[in-house]
Amino acid sequence: MTTITESATPFSARQSRSTGKTIKLWLRYVPLVLLVFFFTFPLIFMIVSSFKGTNQQIFSDLRSLRAFLPVGDLTTANYDRVFTDSNFPRYMLNSIVITAGTIGLSLLVNSMAAYALSRLRWPGQKLVLSIIIATLIIPGMATVMPMLLLVSRLPGLSFDEGLALTQGWLDTYTVQIIPFIVSAYSIFLFYQFFQDIPRDFDEAALVDGASRFQIYFRIIVPISLPVFASVAILTFISSWNSFLWPIMTVQSDELRPVMVGLQFFFQRDTNWGEVMAYTTMITIPVLIFFFIFQSAFVKSMASSGVKG
Amino acid sequence: MTTPTIVLDRAGAAPEKRRQTLTGYMMAGPAILLMLLFVISPFFAGIYYSFTNQRLISGNETEVVGLRNYQRLLALSTLTVDPEVDEASGDFVRDENGDLVFPRSRDFTRDEEAYPQYAGLREWFTVQIGNRLTYVLAGDPLFMRSLTNNFFFALVVIPVQTSLGLLLAMLVNQGLRGQSFFRTLYFAPVVTSMVVASIVWRFLYDSNNGLINEMIGALTFGLVGPINWLGNPSVAMWAIIIMSIWQGAGMQMMLFVAGLQQIPEALYEAASIDGANGWQKFRFITIPGLRGIIVFIFLTITIAAFQLFDQVLAMTNGGPDDATTTTVFHMFRNGFREQDIGYASTIAVVFFLIIVAINLIQRYVVRDREVA
Repeated sequence: MTTITESATPFSARQSRSTGKTIKLWLRYVPLVLLVFFFTFPLIFMIVSSFKGTNQQIFSDLRSLRAFLPVGDLTTANYDRVFTDSNFPRYMLNSIVITAGTIGLSLLVNSMAAYALSRLRWPGQKLVLSIIIATLIIPGMATVMPMLLLVSRLPGLSFDEGLALTQGWLDTYTVQIIPFIVSAYSIFLFYQFFQDIPRDFDEAALVDGASRFQIYFRIIVPISLPVFASVAILTFISSWNSFLWPIMTVQSDELRPVMVGLQFFFQRDTNWGEVMAYTTMITIPVLIFFFIFQSAFVKSMASSGVKG
Repeated sequence: MTTPTIVLDRAGAAPEKRRQTLTGYMMAGPAILLMLLFVISPFFAGIYYSFTNQRLISGNETEVVGLRNYQRLLALSTLTVDPEVDEASGDFVRDENGDLVFPRSRDFTRDEEAYPQYAGLREWFTVQIGNRLTYVLAGDPLFMRSLTNNFFFALVVIPVQTSLGLLLAMLVNQGLRGQSFFRTLYFAPVVTSMVVASIVWRFLYDSNNGLINEMIGALTFGLVGPINWLGNPSVAMWAIIIMSIWQGAGMQMMLFVAGLQQIPEALYEAASIDGANGWQKFRFITIPGLRGIIVFIFLTITIAAFQLFDQVLAMTNGGPDDATTTTVFHMFRNGFREQDIGYASTIAVVFFLIIVAINLIQRYVVRDREVA
């Protein structure tokens, strides 16, 4: 007996220590999993409900966990109806044009400015940098009313009946893109990232006869892709989700972005399944976009924007 | 290496400097122009409009009106009244509930001849002390209401969301397998539009069939009855707060993850050798290591909290009973719906000054701790 016990003790001790460790490891996952529920249940509800055919079904399922489960009569009819009842493809196209345009121009304009501020010496550079940092504290909402007045008076070009000068940017793509290109926050993110790139790179390239533009395009941009991804994500979120500005500046249906197009469903008897199908379709692209760029996002946030 | 090179250098130095200046202006130019046009000029134009009667669309010439908008926005006054007395008996008049009856504030604010000092003011709230009632009057009681709503929202959201963000960041930064998966899921609400989130949460908050009420009922065995989340003025702001934290916390988590990854692992190892416990490591390594980021998060979250708008427009439209009206919502109502740009700009200026003041206080508090 004693021998057995002696030989068994170390074994069972080892075993219980390792089960203890496993349990401990599993325990560390418990809060993580509970939080997943907290952060995703509204989205799961949205997606699941988009496949439920009638308002009655959605409302009666709301009383139980069935709200999160794809149970009962499931149908894709809501999705079909979104396409037949509303101008959805047009709204989607508008949002894609506006978001892509804003991201593209914003990456170019803000990163070039940050490059000039971080690596070039020119008169007024320090002043411009401090003004840009200072504007970080101006909330977008604080300037929205004067901006509305401004864009209603800016001269624009119209191609409707030959080339003509028009008054006001209201009801255009321009008004939804151009005012949102420049961002002090984006310039700041780029600037911080560029400051960490060794200057030897530039010097070496200059000796080889490269111009400053070439250094920017061929050296700085390729090694700064994480910060480009971050700015792209932040711009995507704000541009795709913008709501107040298009409500104020866009009247015609052909130029509405997806968020404003959503209002259409609340005009008559609301079919909630249809609303959920619509919101699912406009939310999934952003989620996918973020999934693709998220690791770059974390990496560049860690290396640039957050040094205070 | 002799004379010609030196000459070349001298000749090359000036053009290189000029070329750098030119390139600098060319590359920063578009951003500077756009910033002047769409950030700086609207900002200063807003300050100017706040002193005028500028309309969004108007045939009339805009006039400078001095401080009139500010007076209307910020005017505050109090008015204390005695209860009404029955002339025959000399007793206080009481209503059917036995409460004292006071003269209405309107009797004073509408009577410009007898009480010019109360002209243009309206009742904000009342305080009754003993047998006297004090009316607090404001030029724009709705703005005062918006402002207090905003402060309430900010006071809850700023600390809760910042600490939740830090907690989440620490949970997904333990080196566990699959942590980037969890991180992505916690961030999902951030990329979801506020409008979409509002529509979905309106369902969840439904007072009759709402999921949240069902869950609360189940968890408390029916003790906590159905809460009228969006219909009850004293609860509606809480509903907006919970939903906003749900939507926003992932952003602070990401920033904190980035900050945590900058703290050298060696510091924690050294602390372990010195016998520091988990709390001490958190207090003396993690928190100081995150100071810069905390300042940054306070700034961005304060601005975001005071810009509260989308969820109000989409979920409650400022109601019920103005319980969820916010400064920006009030500005939108005046500037866009009423087309009074002058007055809306005044709101914006005051709103901006409040944000600057809060930020200065936060900076002072955080810096103070650094010294201590």
